[in-house]
Amino acid sequence: MNGAAPWPEVGFEDRMATVEFDVADRPHIVVNSDICRSCSTRACVTACPANLFVPTADGGIAFNYEQCFECGTCYLICDSEGAISWSYPEGGHGVVLRYS
Amino acid sequence: MPERFDAVVVGAGPAGAAAALVLARSGKSVCMLERGPFPGSKNMYGGVIYGRILDTLIPRWWEQVPVQRWVTRRETRIMTPTRSLTVGCSSKAWGEPPYNGMTALRPDFDRWFADQAVAAGAVLVTSTVATGVTRQGGRAGGRVTGVRTDRLGGDLAAGVVIACDGVNSFLAKEAGLYRRADPDHFTLGVKEVLAMPAAEIERRFNVSGREGVDIEVLGATSGVPGGGFVYTNLDTIAVGLVLQLTGLASAKVRPEELIAEFKSHPDIAPLVARTELKEYSAHLIPEGGYNSMPRLAGDGLLVAGDAAGMTLATGVWLEGVNFAVGSGAAAGTTACQALDRGDVSAAGLAGYRRRLERTFVLKNHKKLRRVPALLLTDRVQHRYAPMVCDVAEGLFTVTDPAPKPGLFRLVRAAAKQNGVRMADLARDGWATVRSIG
Repeated sequence: MNGAAPWPEVGFEDRMATVEFDVADRPHIVVNSDICRSCSTRACVTACPANLFVPTADGGIAFNYEQCFECGTCYLICDSEGAISWSYPEGGHGVVLRYS
Repeated sequence: MPERFDAVVVGAGPAGAAAALVLARSGKSVCMLERGPFPGSKNMYGGVIYGRILDTLIPRWWEQVPVQRWVTRRETRIMTPTRSLTVGCSSKAWGEPPYNGMTALRPDFDRWFADQAVAAGAVLVTSTVATGVTRQGGRAGGRVTGVRTDRLGGDLAAGVVIACDGVNSFLAKEAGLYRRADPDHFTLGVKEVLAMPAAEIERRFNVSGREGVDIEVLGATSGVPGGGFVYTNLDTIAVGLVLQLTGLASAKVRPEELIAEFKSHPDIAPLVARTELKEYSAHLIPEGGYNSMPRLAGDGLLVAGDAAGMTLATGVWLEGVNFAVGSGAAAGTTACQALDRGDVSAAGLAGYRRRLERTFVLKNHKKLRRVPALLLTDRVQHRYAPMVCDVAEGLFTVTDPAPKPGLFRLVRAAAKQNGVRMADLARDGWATVRSIG
């Protein structure tokens, strides 16, 4: 719209640092990078609000589960059956919202 | 804890708590499973809870609800990058009992509401995920007889399972109540909660005491189908966007960049400038409405709230918590009657849908069923906002020494300027009247 805001926008790491996570030991989302290598859309990379999908040098996708909002965007927009296995973190773990 | 309940309610959000409250008050044993450490810990929304449905469940609820502010002014702003047209309505009555809408923090509200069910006798088990359903005889397609949980030895048997497990409802999907989920029908809500002293909120938003404001915005999502919002809490404000999933994916932009653009709009910046981010959050919204809902009952199973796609997203009316409460309470009532009759088959639970059809929940959804598709048309998303701003700007721009152009000429010129055919304008106008009239 009008370019940069008239005051500094918070950086992405600082943005995510405002969110409380009780990280589970076991990842609740698993990405099958073999499937991702043949994907040309890679919608997850830009759409994930927590920016957890990172393209790797070998053409795959690295996924970080620790700061996941558990929203479901990634599996819903994914074009490739089986690329993203999605479940909830173990009970009591994952995102804990306080001011939402 | 007993291993069998009359009803197991999965999810202690507004739908689940309403279902559990109704069941517990009728003397049924009921267990609410919540996967977060407390009710509301996983929940996020776009800002306003309309409390009328609470009247029937908790008389004088406003004396105890953890409210942030009572919404006494409601605005819709139609925007282009440099212009905006605001239609607003304020009412003193909305700031007095029985009130109209309130802002509240979901961790506060959901916990309070779930506590009402607990006070009525429901058992709340937190930090526990319902990982699937159990079925009669262990047969696929058999009647649902309970849920599996991620706790050790964690099967819970139930006369009826009520899935209030949110927008991703893995239980309703596992039970086969959903056709394949269409990402077109979901939006991503992203929200920043910003710290702001109450006195500064009063100054910027022109309110006093516990009065609050809810602003909904069309045309400020940089071409991605969706909308924006700003609303006031007590000493925080919330600003965010609602973005259609497929539109967001194909635009290849990041949600937080779109929020930054929204916040820098000349009509929004003065409200949100120089504030500290207190919490960032994201959540999906089921926006497909009536035509995208799942089957609402299976053998031994009911679905309510976001899990059943009950959110009403129709442009002027953006409601969800009230629909969750309304559907959850109806599910609770239906479950009670089915348990009393000893028939919890899909046929025995079919009264749930009929009950919803008689209340505001499905009456509104049915009446407004054409609106979600209408809102997603290219004209509504990309052409009407600048066209409306053209007309408004033309009306209020003084053209001396030339005479005023007149409304009809302005509309025709604005339509042409924005590639809108008058025939389409008439058709959409008629569709709108037919849909919401």
